[in-house]
Order: sequence, then C-alpha cells, then structure tokens
Amino acid sequence: MTALPAGIMLLLQEAARAGGAHPLAGTAADWLWLVPVLPLLGFLINGALSLVAVAHPGPADPDAGHGEAKPAHALPPDTAGAHGDDHHPVARHRFAGIVSVIGPLVLALSFALTAAIFFAMRAAHAEEPFIQNYFTWMITGELDLAMAFQLDQLAMVMMLVITGVGTLIHVFSVGYMRDDPGYPRYFAYLNLFVFFMLVLVLGASYPVMFIGWEGVGLCSYLLIGFWFSEKANADAGKKAFIVNRIGDFGFLIALMLLFANVGKLDFLGIAAVAPGMSVAVVTAICLFLFLGCVGKSAQIPLYVWLPDAMAGPTPVSALIHAATMVTAGVYLVARSSFLFSLAPVAGLTVALTGAVTALFAATIGLKQWDIKKILAYSTVSQLGFMFIAVGVGAYVAGIFHLATHAFFKALLFLGSGSVIYAMHAAYHKTGSHEDAQDVRNMGGLRRYMPVTWVLMWIATLAIAGIPPFAGFFSKDEILASVYARAHGSNLAEASLLGIPGSTLLYFIYFIGLVTALLTAIYMTRMMLYTFHGPNRTGEAERGALKEAPWVMTGPLVVLGVLSAFGGWLNLPKVFTDALPVGSTFALEHWLEPVVGEHQLAVTHGKAAHLAAGTEYVLIGAAVAIAVAGILVAWRMLKPEQLVPKKDAPAEQGIERVLAEKYFVDEGYDRVIVQPVYQGSRGFLWRGVDAGLIDGLFVNGSGWLARGFGWLGSAAQTGAVGTYAWVLVLGVIAVIGVFTLR
Amino acid sequence: MIQLLDSIGYTGWVLPALLLIPLAGAAVLLALASRGNGDEPGPARTARMIAFFTLLLEFAVSLGLWWSFESGAGWHAGVDLAWIPTWGVRFSIGVDGIALMMVLLTTFLMPLTVLGGWTSVRTKVHSYLILLLVMTTGMLGVFLARDLFLFYVMWEVMLVPMYFIIGIWGGERRIYASLKFFIYTMVGSILMLVGIIYLGIQSANPVTGAPDFSYAAALQLSLSPAASFWLFGAFFLAFAVKVPMFPFHTWLPDAHVEAPTAGSVILASIMLKMGTFGFLRFALPLFPGVAMDPVVRTIIIALAVVAIIYGALVALVQPDFKKLVAYSSVSHMGFVMLGIFALTVESVQGALMVMINHGISTGALFFLVGMIYERRHSRLIDAYGGIARVVPMFAAALTLVALSSIALPGTNGFIGEFLVLIGSFKTYPLLTALAATGVIFAAAYMLWAIQRILFNRLDKDENRHLPDLNWREIGLLTPLVAAIIWIGVYPAPVLRRMEAAAFDLVQRVERGPPSGFTAPGARP
Repeated sequence: MTALPAGIMLLLQEAARAGGAHPLAGTAADWLWLVPVLPLLGFLINGALSLVAVAHPGPADPDAGHGEAKPAHALPPDTAGAHGDDHHPVARHRFAGIVSVIGPLVLALSFALTAAIFFAMRAAHAEEPFIQNYFTWMITGELDLAMAFQLDQLAMVMMLVITGVGTLIHVFSVGYMRDDPGYPRYFAYLNLFVFFMLVLVLGASYPVMFIGWEGVGLCSYLLIGFWFSEKANADAGKKAFIVNRIGDFGFLIALMLLFANVGKLDFLGIAAVAPGMSVAVVTAICLFLFLGCVGKSAQIPLYVWLPDAMAGPTPVSALIHAATMVTAGVYLVARSSFLFSLAPVAGLTVALTGAVTALFAATIGLKQWDIKKILAYSTVSQLGFMFIAVGVGAYVAGIFHLATHAFFKALLFLGSGSVIYAMHAAYHKTGSHEDAQDVRNMGGLRRYMPVTWVLMWIATLAIAGIPPFAGFFSKDEILASVYARAHGSNLAEASLLGIPGSTLLYFIYFIGLVTALLTAIYMTRMMLYTFHGPNRTGEAERGALKEAPWVMTGPLVVLGVLSAFGGWLNLPKVFTDALPVGSTFALEHWLEPVVGEHQLAVTHGKAAHLAAGTEYVLIGAAVAIAVAGILVAWRMLKPEQLVPKKDAPAEQGIERVLAEKYFVDEGYDRVIVQPVYQGSRGFLWRGVDAGLIDGLFVNGSGWLARGFGWLGSAAQTGAVGTYAWVLVLGVIAVIGVFTLR
Repeated sequence: MIQLLDSIGYTGWVLPALLLIPLAGAAVLLALASRGNGDEPGPARTARMIAFFTLLLEFAVSLGLWWSFESGAGWHAGVDLAWIPTWGVRFSIGVDGIALMMVLLTTFLMPLTVLGGWTSVRTKVHSYLILLLVMTTGMLGVFLARDLFLFYVMWEVMLVPMYFIIGIWGGERRIYASLKFFIYTMVGSILMLVGIIYLGIQSANPVTGAPDFSYAAALQLSLSPAASFWLFGAFFLAFAVKVPMFPFHTWLPDAHVEAPTAGSVILASIMLKMGTFGFLRFALPLFPGVAMDPVVRTIIIALAVVAIIYGALVALVQPDFKKLVAYSSVSHMGFVMLGIFALTVESVQGALMVMINHGISTGALFFLVGMIYERRHSRLIDAYGGIARVVPMFAAALTLVALSSIALPGTNGFIGEFLVLIGSFKTYPLLTALAATGVIFAAAYMLWAIQRILFNRLDKDENRHLPDLNWREIGLLTPLVAAIIWIGVYPAPVLRRMEAAAFDLVQRVERGPPSGFTAPGARP
C-alpha cells in the first residue's frame, strides 16, 4: 500500500469516471495518455541504453586510486566537431541498431494512435473538449489542480504536426546521427522532447502545460549542447535556457494573476469566467503570458537564443527550433484565445511585436552566410508572421501557418542537413577543416544532389508565397486577416501607445508585405548560392559530393509533398469558387469549436472575410511581391562571383551591421550580462557580503570584543602601586564632581 | 497498514523510540570506542555499519507515521512525562502536520549521511558517528518538543555535535568556521532562552507559583504588545540566524564549505529548517500581533525577497561550488520565509514543500560535491570542465539534481516554489512578482556552474581518469532521485498530510492573539 499503487488506483477510478457522456468516450481517445507515454518509454529505454553503455562504476573507495595515471576505463571518443559543422561521425555506438528501431518506432506508434484518435474525433463531431483527469497533482487551500489532459480540435492539429513531422525527423536522424558515439543519448533526448511537447499541447490547465513548456526547454537545452565538449555549443544551450526562463518568469506572473483573480488555473474554468473579468486584468494576464511566448518563440527582444541554437544537430533544429517547440508560443496564444480576444491592447501588442520581429529577422537573414543561420532567422521571421495572425485574432490563420511552416521549414532544415552531410563527407575525405555550413563553400550542388535540390526549391517557393504551394495560402490568409480587421474589429477601435488600432493594422499589413518581399529575396539567395553557379567546395572534395542515403531523403520527399499540397488544409473561398478542388476552409471548420467564438468576439460577431474583389487584389499584390523578390534576387545576385569563405573579404558598412546581426548580442552582453556579473561580484559579494556584513559587522564585533578584552586585561597589571594611584585618582574625580556641581 | 500499526501499539511508543534508538546506537559505539579508536579499517567499518543500520532502523520506525498520521490534524502520538517538576518542565513530545514531514525528512537523510562519509571520514570514526547519532536525537527533539524548555535543550543538543563535526573533520579553515557558526547561533539562541524563561514564568500556575513551560500554556497567554514585541524579537533573532535570513547569513557559506560532506548535508537539509520551523511553531502562533504587524511583516517579506535575489546573484559569482550551493540555500530559504509570512494556506504549504524539497535537492547537491571532492580534492569550479565524458553517471545525477534545485516542473523543486508564488501573490503581489525573478537567476547560476564542471572541453589531465560513481554512491543517490521525481509528479499525498496544520496556523495567526490583547498591561 505505498503511494504509487494508490496513485494508479486513483488513476483507474478517475479514468472510469471520465467515461461519461462525451461522444469520444469509448473510442480510441480513451488511449490518449498513451500518445505521450510512448515517447516517454522511448526516452527511458534509450536513456538506459546510453547510461548502461558508458557506466563503469568506480572503485569502492574513490580516493584510493588517486594519483595513479592508469585510466579507469577507455574514454569515449571526443565528439567535438573537428570541422566547422554539426555533423560529427566518429564511431558507431554498440547499441546503435536497437536504438535505430526504438527511437523512431515509438514516434510512429504515437502518430498512428494520434491518427486513430483523429478519425474518432471526425466521426464523433465533439463540440466540447474531451477532458481526461488522471490524478490529483496539487491540492491545497483554494488550489485544486489535476494532472489532466484536454483533447480538442486545436490540440489534435498540434498532435498531428508533432507526431507526424516528428516521426519523419526521427527517421531522418537515423541516417544523420547513426555514427555519432552519443547516438542513444541523442534519441533519448529527442523522445523526451516529444513527450514534453505533447504534454504541452494536451495539458488541460496552465500549470500542466507549463510542465511541457519548461520540459521542451530542457530538451532544447540538452540537444543544443549535445556536443558539449565544444564550449560554444554548451554556451548556446545555456543561453537558450536562461533566455527562455525570462519568458517563463512572465508565464509564472500570469499564473499568479490568474490564480489571484479567478482562483482556477484550468482552461475551461478560466474561459467560463473570463468575459466577466475587468479588461485591465485580462490585458495584464495576456501581456505576461505573451512574455512567455516571446521567450519560447524567439520574438524581439528575446529572439537571441534561437540563432545560437543552431549549434545543435540539424534534425534538432528542424524538429525543435523550426517545426514544433518554437511554435508553442503561437499555440499558447491560440489556446488562450478566450483571454486574448477580450484584450485588444494585448492583441495589438502581439501583432506589432510579431510584425517588427518578422521584418527585423528578415533583414538579418539577407546577409548570413551559414546556411543554418539563414534558416534560423527565417524561422524567427516566420514566427513573427504567426504572431501577427494570432495577435489580430485570426487564430485559424496562425495555426494554419504554424502547420504549413512546420512542413516547409522542416524540409528546409532537413535539406540543409543533407547538404551539410554531403559537405562534411567531402571535407572529411580530404581532412580539410573548411566550414561545411557556409554557403560560400557550396555552389552548384544541384548537380550532385538533384533530389534535395528539387525538394528544397519546393520549400523555398512555399515559404516565399508562390501559389499553389502551402505557404502561399497560409501567408495570404494572415495578410488578408490583418487587412480585414483594420475596420470593424475591437482591435481597430483600440489604440496602443496613442496610435489608433486601425492605423497600426495597416502598418502591420505593410510590414507583412515588405517582409514577404525580403523572404523571397533571402531564400532565393540561399538557394542560388547553395545549388546554382559554379561549385566552390574545392577540387579534391568535389568528387565526394553526393546525395544522402534514402533513410534521409525519404522523409524529405514526404515533407516535399506536404509543402506542395499543405495549402489544401484551408483553401480560401475565392480559390474553391474558381477551381473545383478540395473543400473550403477545412481547417477553419475543424477549429470552429475551439476558437470560432473567440475569433468572432474580435470582429464583433461578423465573419471577417473580405469581398471577393478586394481579396483578388490582395492576393495579386502578395503574389506579385513574392515573384518580384525571387526575380530581384535572381537578377542581382551573382553566385559565380562568390569566393570561398577563406578567401572572402570582410564586410563593410551596412552589410557588416547585418552580418553581425545589428550587434544585439554584444549590446545585451554589455548592458545586461556584464553589469549583473560585475555588480554581483564586485558590489554584492566582495562589497556587501564579505566587506560590510562579514567584515564590518561580524568580524568587526569580534574585534570589538577582543579590543575590550585587551583593554580590560591591560588594566590588570598586578602592580599594587598602580591600583593605588588609580584609586586615588578616582576618589579625587568623584569628590571633584560632587564639589563642582 | 493501520491495523498492523495499531496492533503493535505504534503510536504509544514511536516518538520516544525515535529519540532513543540513535542514543542506543551511540552507546554501543561508545562501548566499542573504549577498545579501539576507530582509526583502523576493521573497527571503523564495524562502527559505520552499526551507525548505518541504527539510522536505517530509525527511518523504518518513523515511516509508520506516514500511515498512522494520515489526517495531519492536531497532535499525534503524544507522550507527556514529568521531568523537572519544580520548574514546571515536562518531557512532552508529539508530532503535528508541520513536524511530520520534517521528522521523516530527517530520518530519511540520516542513514544517507553515514553512507556519504563512508570513505571520506577516516579518523576518529567512532566519535564522528556518535556525534551524528546524538545530533539525530537532538534534531528530532527540536521538531517533536511540546515544551519550550525541552525545545531549548534539544536546540542546544544538536548544536554542539555540529560544532565538533565542523571543527574536527572539516576543511582548512574549520576552526574559524565552526567558531563563527557557534557564536552566531548562540547569540541568537541565548536571547531566545531569556524569552522562553519569561514565557514560562508568565504561564506560572497561579496557585503554586511554579512556572509552566508547556507549548499549550504559552499559546493561551495574553501578552502586552510591548512584551510581545520584545519576545518576538528574541525568537526572531534565533530563528533568523538559523534560516539564515539576509543579513544574518554569512556564517552559512563558511560553515558549509568547511564542513565534511555529512555536516554540509545535515546543515543544509535539516538544520536550516529549524529556523523556518521555529517561525511556524513559535514566532507566528505565539506572537501573532507582532508577526502580522504590517511594518514587521513587510520588512521580513522584503528581506526574504532580498535573500532570494541576493543569494542567487552572489551564488552566480562563486568560484567554489560548495559556496555556490550555500548561497543558493540562502535564496531558497528566502522562498520559505516569503511563503510563511505571506500567510495563505497555499503559501504556507508551499513553504513547507520548499523546506522538504530543499532538504532533498540541496542535500543531494552536497553529496555530489562531496563525491567529486573525494576524487579530485578540489571544490573549485574551474578545476573541472568537460568531465561528463569521464563520469557520465555522475553527470546525469548532477544535472537532474541541479534541475530540481532550479525548480523545473516535474521535479520536486517546482511544487514548492509554485505554491509559494501563487499563494504569496494574493497578499504581497509586487514583492512576490519580484521574487519570481529568482527563477531566472537560479537558472543562470546553476546552469553556468554545471556547464563549467560537466561540459566544455576536457582540458585538464587530472580529470581524465576520474572514476565514476561506485555502487555505494549510486545506492545513496537513488532514493534522493526517486524522491525528486515522486514529489514532482505526485505531491498530493504530502500536501494532504500538511494541509490541516497549515490551515490551522493561518487561522490561528489571522485570528490574532487571545482576547485581552488590546488591554496593555492587563497582566504584569
């Protein structure tokens, strides 16, 4: 009768009780808990394999062998990159075979179960979320928190993206990481990440979501610093965690505000009372929640960790830092639509932050040379787009872009992984120490990797917004939503910093267009420099360049299909009217039960679709801009004039400012990091702690006591003559005092 | 389980047994010590075995309280014997919801501390173990005492062995550190003794005139505001030093750094809790008028928030890992003080949770520091670097414990800090929001430290051949890691056992002092 079986008993009872009237009860959805538990199982097995393989328990007396130079056991090979890239094949792990099965298998099973639940949901037409209470987590005073999952249409979209794209990336990882000595550890972390990500999207309350929220941050930390022997990688992981903690601080404050004002922390409980709360409180809650999003989803001013996060293995960048974790902030805003739709000022802040970030990151993306850095800034920029959408209350558009972005950005990252894989192999062959990620060392790769070339062009056209690829529909819907809400929405009537909401929305729309132009330019630039023009890899290396094995290219093909046709998820009406393809606004209908009401709250109950004529004009403008961007890049950039990295001259002027990312990291270091460190060291520790408290007060009182002791003992000379003189002086003094008074 | 416990009359004898078992073990060791000083391997090993199994038995016996006292309401398993009748001092002990988890934490950690010093303490082993055992009785006595005089005796009983443990088995500056520890604590507690005597005389039996030191009588006293104020001050000083609150904390880094592993663990995990326990048991319920005075309360909460941030910032710049953990304790205990004085059911429960969790996580951190120190004889962070490749099991354990220390959700650390924050926000929103920045600084100092120890390039030859954890160390860490995960995922059983006491405390303090308080000088 220990606590654990008691907990399981409780779990079973709760599960039995949950089997009430909900249409999903008794279907595959009853197995919801297994969706995250499968990856958790994978983590436990892979983690155990990893530890077992390296575990060499020390001698009973750890100090006995001290000083001997004899190695206790053979050290695993150092995995720090000899090359300037993130692909470090050194030695195959002895459990590599079994890990290659377990790692992707748990994800595939998880995806299959998710798909089964999806079909059950489609059949059941559940309007209400399906809540599963497993056990009591924290209960005290007014707080009653259950470890509970909430399955609804929004969570389902996220689950499909996470497990679906996740499975593809796991399969790709088998090829990319198989020869790394830390292979089981890698898959353990990756499985654990998926577990936490699923907890994040399934949690039925903010605190349960927060488990996933910080948990994915932990896995991100572990995976960015996966090759921890390189200080830069360990630094990048640590930076990601700490910057995210700044955001999490906001999340915590929002939780405190919610608990103090509502007394509940579960989504349904809060949603029920949200309309009755004061707008000021709701706005404050939303803004603090958004601070959490700014950290997790890398928006200004906390975006600085994401480009550094590219230090992790490339599939990690694809899964965590492009497709899933970084979109958690977007999901949080959509999940909290019952709050954000009531706080137009918060909505405008979200949208404006997103817009500024989108533009800012896109300008940096123009001048990066590292292929992963280009994609990293592109991700920051695209996340900005998603925040524009959820900020203006177009939650479906935001989630739509989240999904299509997961497809094409995962494809771009994995494609860049294939490129790095090939480049690395080529440099490895000749023992060269050139940078395998710098596009100046690439060029003309389409001749050596035609499949990757075609697939990455599909993704590029998708992100640039060329119809009929996925990104076109989602980006267009975001821009149209902003335009539509510039009139007749609670956002347009509100104002931020004295600027009317309507003006701001037009401004955001304009920024969106400019960003779309820049996106087309920097993506075309990346493709041109990587795949077109002459090859700059080197004479000796050129022969070794070749396509990656099918275990890596296969997932790329699937993602290519999704990037090409992902737009079918939510075709606009103007499109389905013109062409007899697909159903209109499928995703919008699907998400209707979750966000429909809140979308309407923003637009005063009217559907926010534009007149067909206006929509044609907007679409035309967006497409024209995307095409213009590609053409400008194609005409202006001359890949044949590029020189390899080692011969390249240093950048000057504005180009240098862009290449150095506006010196933001340096600024943060000088304004925040160094003052905190130096202040803590010089003032707090040396000054207050050691100097004032310990020196003056503690030791000072010690010296004072000693001083008195010395005075007292000095008087005790033992010379009677002295005592007599003192006595006489004392008597005279006393008599003197009395006489003179 | 309940029936089994009832059938052996568990509640009748458990608490005296808990106080006696360690003393019996100490007596056996004393008898053995007269035959050999324990510096030879053979007798030393026997002595360690005796001490370990004595404390394991102690833990097993105490574990029954988990089931026998499930409600956590009121007093449980009380024993009340006459002790010094002419002074009105009674040997009165009992366990309530606040003490329950502290008792279990103590009995859980003590066998582990013996394991932790298994090979690092090589001289005067018998004396060392006897001191550990006597200290166990002293610490449990502090948590169990229902008589103020008995409380004070136990308070001193646990202090003396710690003084010797630091002073004899400590590091290079052990004499300075132990003296500082002793004097700091004495300055605080001597005033508390004056306060206790005053309270005892105030409660004196009106017929016989004999003083009464019982806790129950002290609760019934109605004191003048001035007397309450000075008495609160006396108790405050004793407990604030022990917590330690900013700015009374500077004994802690020295004591921690110089103490041997077991000493550091006991200091951090159990003795610091005596301070916050004292606030919960005495300072708040006995003098609610003073504790709830807006000025006093705000000052204490502000000091708690200063401790949270200041402790974290100073921890950030420590070159010595043990000192870093010591300052992180200052930060964590700030959360406890915040939770106690914010005085909502959630925040007090959170404070109790932080007390437990800090005991587990910081204890584990000190164990880990001890393990690596034993191998490399350095506590300096810069002496390491990249050792995760050499000692992967140590690295995994240190990473997990560090994460629980910085309150990652899913580990125990989160539960306490979360409850303190959401509970305290209701009464002190701005200061609590400020306290929440602690989560950022905690991540900064802890992750930076473990990066410099475990990660980065393995660039020092001395570190290339460090042996990984041995089976004893794995066995020692396993229960701690299990507790970290268990409390993080399923804290409800723990919370349930403490809720009645937390609720009772909040009620009692909010209701204020007994009637008659408003008439100053009503009782001379």
